[in-house]
Amino acid sequence: MTARGLPASSSLEPGSQPVLEVSGLCVDYGRGAGATHAVIDADLVLHRGEVVGLAGESGSGKSTLAYGMTRLLRAPGVITGGHVLFRPDPDRPDWSVDLLEAGLEQMRELRWREVAIVFQSAMNGLNPVLTVEAQLTDTLAAHRPEMSRAARRERAAELLRLVGITPDRLRGFPHELSGGMRQRVMIAMALALEPQIVIMDEPTTALDVVTQREILQQVTDLRDRLGFSVLFITHDLSLLLELADTIAVMYAGRIVESAAAGQLFAAPRHPYSAGLLHSFPSLHGPVRALTGIPGSPPDLNDPPSGCAFHPRCGYAMPQCSQQVPPLAPPPDARAGDRLVACWLQDGRPDRPDELSLPESAGRRARRPPVTVTAASDAEAAR
Amino acid sequence: MTASGPGPAAPATVDTGHAAEPAILVARDLTKHFTVRHHGQPGTRVRRRIVHAAEDINLELRAGKVTALVGESGSGKSTVARLLARLIRPTSGQIILEGKPAGRRQLHEYRHKVQVVFQDPFASLNPIHNVRYHLTRPVKVHRRAHGKAAVQDLVDHLLTRVKLEPPSRFLEKLPHELSGGQRQRVAIARALAAGPSVLLADEPVSMLDVSIRLGVLNLLGELRDTEHMALLYVTHDIASARYFADTVTVMYAGRVVESGTSLAVTEHPSHPYTQLLLAAAPDPDRALLTMATPAVVTTTGAMPSLITPPSGCRFHPRCPFAMPVCTTQLPPQFDVGENHTAACWLRQPGRGTA
Repeated sequence: MTARGLPASSSLEPGSQPVLEVSGLCVDYGRGAGATHAVIDADLVLHRGEVVGLAGESGSGKSTLAYGMTRLLRAPGVITGGHVLFRPDPDRPDWSVDLLEAGLEQMRELRWREVAIVFQSAMNGLNPVLTVEAQLTDTLAAHRPEMSRAARRERAAELLRLVGITPDRLRGFPHELSGGMRQRVMIAMALALEPQIVIMDEPTTALDVVTQREILQQVTDLRDRLGFSVLFITHDLSLLLELADTIAVMYAGRIVESAAAGQLFAAPRHPYSAGLLHSFPSLHGPVRALTGIPGSPPDLNDPPSGCAFHPRCGYAMPQCSQQVPPLAPPPDARAGDRLVACWLQDGRPDRPDELSLPESAGRRARRPPVTVTAASDAEAAR
Repeated sequence: MTASGPGPAAPATVDTGHAAEPAILVARDLTKHFTVRHHGQPGTRVRRRIVHAAEDINLELRAGKVTALVGESGSGKSTVARLLARLIRPTSGQIILEGKPAGRRQLHEYRHKVQVVFQDPFASLNPIHNVRYHLTRPVKVHRRAHGKAAVQDLVDHLLTRVKLEPPSRFLEKLPHELSGGQRQRVAIARALAAGPSVLLADEPVSMLDVSIRLGVLNLLGELRDTEHMALLYVTHDIASARYFADTVTVMYAGRVVESGTSLAVTEHPSHPYTQLLLAAAPDPDRALLTMATPAVVTTTGAMPSLITPPSGCRFHPRCPFAMPVCTTQLPPQFDVGENHTAACWLRQPGRGTA
C-alpha cells in the first residue's frame, strides 16, 4: 500500500478511505451497578490497506474491543453503546453497515467473508481431529456453496501456497505441524474468503522470534498483495512500531493515544506511551538504565478515579484524579493527525520535555525486505 | 519499584571485571539426554529414543555478574537451568560449586547456596498459603534465623529488599491477591530467604506485563550489585539480555554456539545463528530511524529434531554459509575476541577472520 514508506503522517492521506469506523464503543462484563467496564468510549478508524496496531497490557481491553466490534463477545460481555460502521464498497464510501445493529443473518454474511479473525492460540483455533484440508474446505463450503468439491480443494491448496506451506500438508493434522505452520494455516483460513479486514489477536505471542519475524513478513507481503486492512492486537509495542502504520495504545479500557507509528516512537504524547517506550531495551548504542513504569496495571473492578493512569504517572496533577481527560488532538498536532487523552496536552505552555518532543525525528522508513544476504564479515571469512 | 541502584552494567565493568571475579558455579561439559519410550503397535518392541537436550555445556557464573543464557524454545536453555539447580541429574559432566564438585549427597547444602526463580509466579507460589508462609518456610528449613522474632525480622527484611513495602501490608496476602509483578517479587524473596550466593532465574519476567518487567529486572540487577550475587538469567529475549547481563551465552539445539560479553555478542555477533536471532528481534530503532540495517541472515526452517540432531554443526541445515566441513565435523569454540568465543567453522583461525 502507498501509505507505507512515506513520512509517518501521510498514512491519513486523502486517498485512503476508512473501511471500518468504531466510535464510542463501550463493553461491560456483567450488568447493572456491579458491571466491569472493560472498554470505555473507544474510537478507532481502520483505513483500506492499513495496518492498525492495538497495544496494551493484559486486561487493558484490547481483545474485548476486537471481539466487541465483531460481536463475538461471550456472556457476560455486553455491548452497552457505540457504533461500528463498516463500509464494504470502496466505490460507494457513503454506504455503511453498522455491525452493532446488523441482524444475525447479515452478521453471518459479513463475518469471515468481510471481517476475519486470526486467534492467538493456533492449537486451540484448529480442530485437532480434522485434517487441514477439511478445515479449509469447510469454510468454503459454508460460505461459497456454489463451489464444487474439486474447486474447493484447489482453493485450499492455493491458500496454503499463499502462506508458504506446500500443499502436501493438506492431508496433515494440526499436531503434525509446527507452531509457526499452525499459525500460517490460521492465517490462510482467515484469508480464504478474501476479507477486507483481518483482525489478528496476538498471532505471534507464543512463537519464537525467528518464526515471529517470518510470519510478520508474510502478513506484510500478503497485505501488500491483497490489499486487506489489518487490526493487529499485541502487548508488544516494539513489534507494532515496525509493523503498523497507525498505533492505538489502550490503558484500563480506554484508548489513551493514537498516532502514526513513527510519531508515536519519536514523540509520544501520553505518559503511559512514553513509559512503554522506555520499557524495551534497545539493541543498539550504549546500555542506558531504563525504569519501566512504577506500580501495577489497575484493577478494572475498582478503577482509579479520573485518568486511570494517574496513580502510576510521574506528571500527575490534582486534576488528573478528578476528571477523565478526553481523547483530543495535542496542541501541536496537524488536523486529524493524532489523538491523546492527557490533561498535560490541553494546550498548557509547560508541557514536560519528554511529552513535547518534535515529531520530525521519526520519519518512517520502510523496512528493507528480509532476504538471505551474506553478513559482510562472515562472507569475508570464506 | 524505583529505578534506584546502578541499573544495568556499565560496559567498562564488563570488560575488566570478567576474569577478576571468582567463578562460584561452574558447569563442565554438562550433558543431559532424556530417554523417551515410543510405544508402537501392541506387541511390538518398545523403542527407546534419546533426546539430546543439552550437550557439552560449559558455563561459569561469577559473583556480582549476570550471565544470560539466550535461546529459542527447545534450545535446551531451561534444561541447563534445571541441571544447575540440580532438579535433574546430568547424563555426564560436572557441576562445581565454589571449587568443589557438587556431590550427590549434599543437596540441602547445595540448595542453601543455589536458588531458583521460576518463570511463572502464578504457578510457583502455593495458592493456599500466604506470603508469610512462603517466606518463613525457607528461613526455617535453611536455619537462617532462630526464634519467632528473628524469623519475623528476616522475613520483613526480605520483603523490604524486594521492594514490597511496608512488609506488613503483604505478609498476610494470598498469591491471588497480588499482581504478577508482586508475585514474582515474592518468589525472588523466597529464593533469597535461603541466603544463596547463586540465583538461577528461568525467564523471570516473560510472564509479566511489559511495563513492570524492567522493575523486576532492575531489582535482580540491584541484588547482583549489593549482595554480590551470581545470577543466571535464562531468556529468549536477546535485547533484555543485552540490557541486563554482563555476559551472554547463546544456545541452539542443545549446544552453546556463542558466548562473550553482552555488548560483544550483540554488537559483533560471530555465529550465523546469533546474527539471525538479532536480525529477527523486534527493533524499532532499525525500522523507524532509517538506521543502517545490518545485513540480515535469514533462513527458513526451524530448530532440528533433538532425537536425530544434524551431523556436524547443528545449525548447518539452516545456515546460509554452510560449508562441507560443517556437515561432518562439530565446530569447537574458536576465540573471536577477548572473552568471546563462537562455535563456527567460519571463525577457525587461518580462515582470514579476526
